[in-house]
Amino acid sequence: MNAEHSVPNDPSARRLRLSGLIRKEFLQIRRDLSSIAIAFLLPIVLLIIFGYGVSLDARHERVGLVAENPGPETADFFSGLQGSEYFQPVTFSDQRAAKAALNRRQISAIVRLRSDFSRQSLSGQSAPINVVVDGVDANTARLVSGYLQGVWAGWLQRRLDERAIESTQSVLMQQRIWFNPAVRSRDYLVPGLIAVIMTLIGALLTAMVVAREWDRGTLEALMATPVSVGEVLIGKLVPYYLLGMGGMALSIGMAIFLFEVPLRGSLWVLFVTGSLFLLAALGMGLFISIIAQNQFLSGQVAIITTFLPAFILSGFIFDIDSMPVAVQSFTYLIAARYFVAILQTVFLAGNVWEVIIPNALALALMALVFLTLAARRMPRRLG
Amino acid sequence: MTAVLHSIPKNTAVAVAATGLGKHFTVGQRQIAALEGITLNIRVGVVSALIGPDGAGKTTLLRLIAGLLAPDHGTISGFGLDPMTQTDAVHAITGYMPQRFGLYEDLTVQENLDLYADLHGVPTRLRSERFHELLEMTKLSAFQDRLAGKLSGGMKQKLGLACTLVARPRLLLLDEPTVGVDPVSRRELWLIIERMVASGTTVLMSTAYLDEAERCHEIFMLHAGQMIRQGAPDAELSLLAGRCYEIHGAENFTRRLQSRLAEQANIVDAVIQVDAVRVVTAQPQPPTLDDLAAEFPSLTVTSVRPRFEDGFIVRLKPLVEQVNLGRALSPSTQAVDREGTVIEVHEVERWFGDFQAVKRISFDVKRGEVFGLLGANGAGKTTTFRMLCGLLPPSGGQLRVTGIDLRSAAAKARRRIGYMSQKFSLYGALSVRQNLEFFASAYRLDRGQRRVRLDWALDEFQLAAYAESSSGDLPLGHKQRLALACALLHEPEILFLDEPTSGVDPLMRRAFWSAINALAEQGVTVLVTTHFMEEAEYCDRLVIMAAGSLLAAGRPKEIRAQARSPDRPNPTLEDAFIQLLHNIAGSDVGASQAGPKGGLQGRSPQQSEQTPS
Repeated sequence: MNAEHSVPNDPSARRLRLSGLIRKEFLQIRRDLSSIAIAFLLPIVLLIIFGYGVSLDARHERVGLVAENPGPETADFFSGLQGSEYFQPVTFSDQRAAKAALNRRQISAIVRLRSDFSRQSLSGQSAPINVVVDGVDANTARLVSGYLQGVWAGWLQRRLDERAIESTQSVLMQQRIWFNPAVRSRDYLVPGLIAVIMTLIGALLTAMVVAREWDRGTLEALMATPVSVGEVLIGKLVPYYLLGMGGMALSIGMAIFLFEVPLRGSLWVLFVTGSLFLLAALGMGLFISIIAQNQFLSGQVAIITTFLPAFILSGFIFDIDSMPVAVQSFTYLIAARYFVAILQTVFLAGNVWEVIIPNALALALMALVFLTLAARRMPRRLG
Repeated sequence: MTAVLHSIPKNTAVAVAATGLGKHFTVGQRQIAALEGITLNIRVGVVSALIGPDGAGKTTLLRLIAGLLAPDHGTISGFGLDPMTQTDAVHAITGYMPQRFGLYEDLTVQENLDLYADLHGVPTRLRSERFHELLEMTKLSAFQDRLAGKLSGGMKQKLGLACTLVARPRLLLLDEPTVGVDPVSRRELWLIIERMVASGTTVLMSTAYLDEAERCHEIFMLHAGQMIRQGAPDAELSLLAGRCYEIHGAENFTRRLQSRLAEQANIVDAVIQVDAVRVVTAQPQPPTLDDLAAEFPSLTVTSVRPRFEDGFIVRLKPLVEQVNLGRALSPSTQAVDREGTVIEVHEVERWFGDFQAVKRISFDVKRGEVFGLLGANGAGKTTTFRMLCGLLPPSGGQLRVTGIDLRSAAAKARRRIGYMSQKFSLYGALSVRQNLEFFASAYRLDRGQRRVRLDWALDEFQLAAYAESSSGDLPLGHKQRLALACALLHEPEILFLDEPTSGVDPLMRRAFWSAINALAEQGVTVLVTTHFMEEAEYCDRLVIMAAGSLLAAGRPKEIRAQARSPDRPNPTLEDAFIQLLHNIAGSDVGASQAGPKGGLQGRSPQQSEQTPS
């Protein structure tokens, strides 16, 4: 009866073991609603929140208008604001009432035209305006003051043009916004979000499922079979790689077709760099679960070391260049940072190799380091 | 395919050989020698048993043989292969079933088998026949598509065993394969093991059940990491010639007689056996009962055949720290009226959706009784138990505990109840003292009471030395004592024990039961569920449940009588239990278990009864 123990190193036995492990993993994924939810439901929820809900643009900002000496000139200037999609002006009779409204946060800025506005503007002078901005939300404050400045400059220019008077300001800024001319925050948030979603699937899910085998004692049973450490790792990598790429495809599809984010680069670049990033994330997830050996701890560590940094330190929302230098240097350790740069570039600018290649190399290096660490630290025995 | 076999010497009489084997672990700052200087030879083609108290090193030894741990000293080989350097070859010929059987609970029975067949490289052409054989053997054919997590405990063990058998291992290593398994499944597991041995497999199993060890060809007894005895089980018995006796005639006071005898210096062991107390004396001469004559006037002593368990106790008792829980009583409990009924169960039923887990059962329990609730896995014991504790409302019927209707005042009744679950429900990260403090506050003891009861618990349960150790690091026996102390802090009138001795070695079981007996003597009512038919003998009365109904109720003697037949004049309680299950197998319960051959199509409508309750 003992005449059929196959040789463990035989390639066909190896294939059989791998396909058995991979099939097992897919069956588990199919039966476990939480992993399906992380892979497919969560991307949809995150994309909808960030695609529709969160906007870093200032739009329809309520602005208080105070004209100390109303006249045709002031009405003309205000009509410029009324026509803008950025503002929703509210007229006040005097500065006091406007200040009170600002205090109550009913408006986010006051535009006050002094009594000499009409006279100065008629005389061709620069006709200054007085702007008070609610600085509590610094981001909005900057945007509002910038937009107002733009509206004002435009209005002045138009006045000058109309009267065929040469500008007293000899230099005028000609502003062009490249890559995202509409300055829609969605167009750079959504591509960046793909990195966050893949971190979830790659690192968090993987960290949980390997630790689950420790918790439930199945790893001990696996270790007692002819399965090698490498086969166990590949048996985890392949299914979650496919799941992660599925999540990525879903996200890219939603980005292009639902949110109408332009894709100026190529899909294959996304595929290759996405694979590199996912391998790095998977390697990290595996490494965490090997060290933690416990599902709960593994999940906590994965969230703190991969998901949160991908959210905060990847440049997905917060610009890395405006971070303190110490924090900036820390971001180099975060794989999502490289992938966010690639995603935003490929979507909005195109295949800019000067950006893509160094970032892709960094991802490849990280994937190599974490996968090697995982393979090295994966115990061959208990205790 | 046979390349590995060439490297295995044929006809080697020794399957596993170890010399000077040692293994240490570090727990916290302590170095623990799990195994020390183990030298053994395990013969080919027989069943060998690893026995010993908890923490003796049984699991460590199995893991070393399976190549899952690296030894610190010494050498080990399986069929001439070194598990360290030839790990793959060892794994190819070894089937190892860990204590948690290594099943994927979210995979079906068939998918688990497929996976292990893939991992062991079982050729596809051999599979369908082999799966069929294994499913037949384990009586799991009808459950092929059921998720492993939804199987009962006994079925999981059988599936775990089937998974280790797909590759037809030459060496089968089983770590406590029958813990938490009902007697029917236990017999089935043994049938499988015997079939494997008959076909040439070498089996090494660890077990806490000494009746199982007695069935093995060879015994390896470990204690505190050392081998204290090896050889055939019969060899143990010669040591005990003239030292084993049964004492009859205590009538309904057998338990009291047992505790009196246990206190005597020349008696090593005293256990209740059917209607008598079975004793093992220190010298080969009968026990002297003169000082008991006043209390028990009509005692008779008969010499009996020694059992393997006696040998175990005699060898280990001197080595193990003695814990006398016999005094573990609540000081305020007075002698009580034994006639009062404290638990009344009338026509109680419980539905889970459209599944009736408990089917209109009725029984009652008197004050100071030790009352047993027996049944196979999935019989409805745990559901009944939870209803009695007020943890689960019944769907119908009346349930009164200490005169309080549980449907209207469960919380009030719970204050009079102590509950110790199978898993002990301790906070592993808290120290012994902190656990006690927590339970004291959970039971709302005031500051003064709390101090008194805490001192009592640490003192009576001999836990004072461990007061500041975290309870998770305690040995199993200490955990069990702490759990019992926690359940008794508020001086309950009724104590519920759910499988309190599952997986616990005989010495600890004895200590535990002496505490239970002492509590009952003091008027505490004890309800206990158990798989252990021997322990059921210790109960005053018991009920046997199957598929949600009561099969039998009464004193152990009365229940045994039901299984008496010409060819079995003196049935044990286990025989009676299996007989009772068998009687109804034809009609409804267990039809799926005793299903016809080729049960693939014979999907039984009674499957739901196998659902763990």
